[in-house]
Amino acid sequence: MADPMKIRAQMKGDTAEIRVLMSHAMETGQRKDNTGATVPSHFIQSITVDVGGKRVIQGQTGTSVSRNPVFGFKVKGAKAGDKVIINWVDNKGDKRTDEATIAA
Amino acid sequence: MDALRRTLLKGAGATGAIAAAIAAGVLKPSQVLAAEWNRAAFDAKDVAGAVKGLGGAGAADHAGIVIKAPDIAENGAVVPVDVSSSIPNTVSLAVLVDKNPLPLSAAFDFANGALPEMALRLKLGQTSLVEVVARTADGKFYKAKKEVKVTVGGCGG
Repeated sequence: MADPMKIRAQMKGDTAEIRVLMSHAMETGQRKDNTGATVPSHFIQSITVDVGGKRVIQGQTGTSVSRNPVFGFKVKGAKAGDKVIINWVDNKGDKRTDEATIAA
Repeated sequence: MDALRRTLLKGAGATGAIAAAIAAGVLKPSQVLAAEWNRAAFDAKDVAGAVKGLGGAGAADHAGIVIKAPDIAENGAVVPVDVSSSIPNTVSLAVLVDKNPLPLSAAFDFANGALPEMALRLKLGQTSLVEVVARTADGKFYKAKKEVKVTVGGCGG
C-alpha cells in the first residue's frame, strides 16, 4: 500500500485551491538498474478529484510525470468545509484514496 | 455504455453528440469523466501520434493557452509547469513533451466548476518543447508550445 497523499485545500475568494502530493515512484520503464536489467514501468495512470460530492477532475497520466507527483487545481464554487476526495490508480492496479476538507 | 466510452475516447467528432446526451440527461457529467486510460494516446512515440490519439489532430495555435515553465531547467527530472486556458468552455487540457520517449504526460478533464488550469511537475529527458492541447466543449482543439532547455536529463540511464 502506498503512502498517504498530502492534500491541501484552501479557499481563495470563491475558488478553492487544491494541491496534492502523491507518493509514487513513477518508473518510466526506460531506466536500467545496476545489473543492466530494465526496471519495469510503474506509474499512476488515472486520477480523480471529487469536491463536495461532485466529480470535478478526471485525469490520465503517463510516465513523464515526475516521481512523487504534485498537482495543483482550482475549483470555482466550492465552499469551505466541502470534502475533497482524491483517488489514483496505477498501471499495476495499486490504488489509494485520501480526503481532506477545504479550509476557509 | 461501453460503446459510448469508445466514442468518448475518439473525441472530436463525437463531442457534439455527447453534449446532446448531457442536455437530455442521459449522461451525467461524472460519467462522461469516467473514461478508460487512453492507451493509444499515451503509448504514442511522437507528439503527432499522441495528439491524434486524443482526437486533436489539426489543432490550431491559440494565444489563450498559457504555459508557465522555466526557460532553463537545471534538473530535468522535476520541471514545474503551470498550464491554463482562457479559451471559453475549455473542458480538457493535455500536456506533452516532444522529446520524451512517450510524449503524452497528462490529460485532464474539468467539470463542475473546476477551472481549466493545473500545475504539475514533468520529467524532461532533454531540451524539449512542452506542448499543451486544449479541448473545448464543442469539440474544437487548440494548442500552444513553450521550449524548456534542460541541462541535466530526467530519464537516467
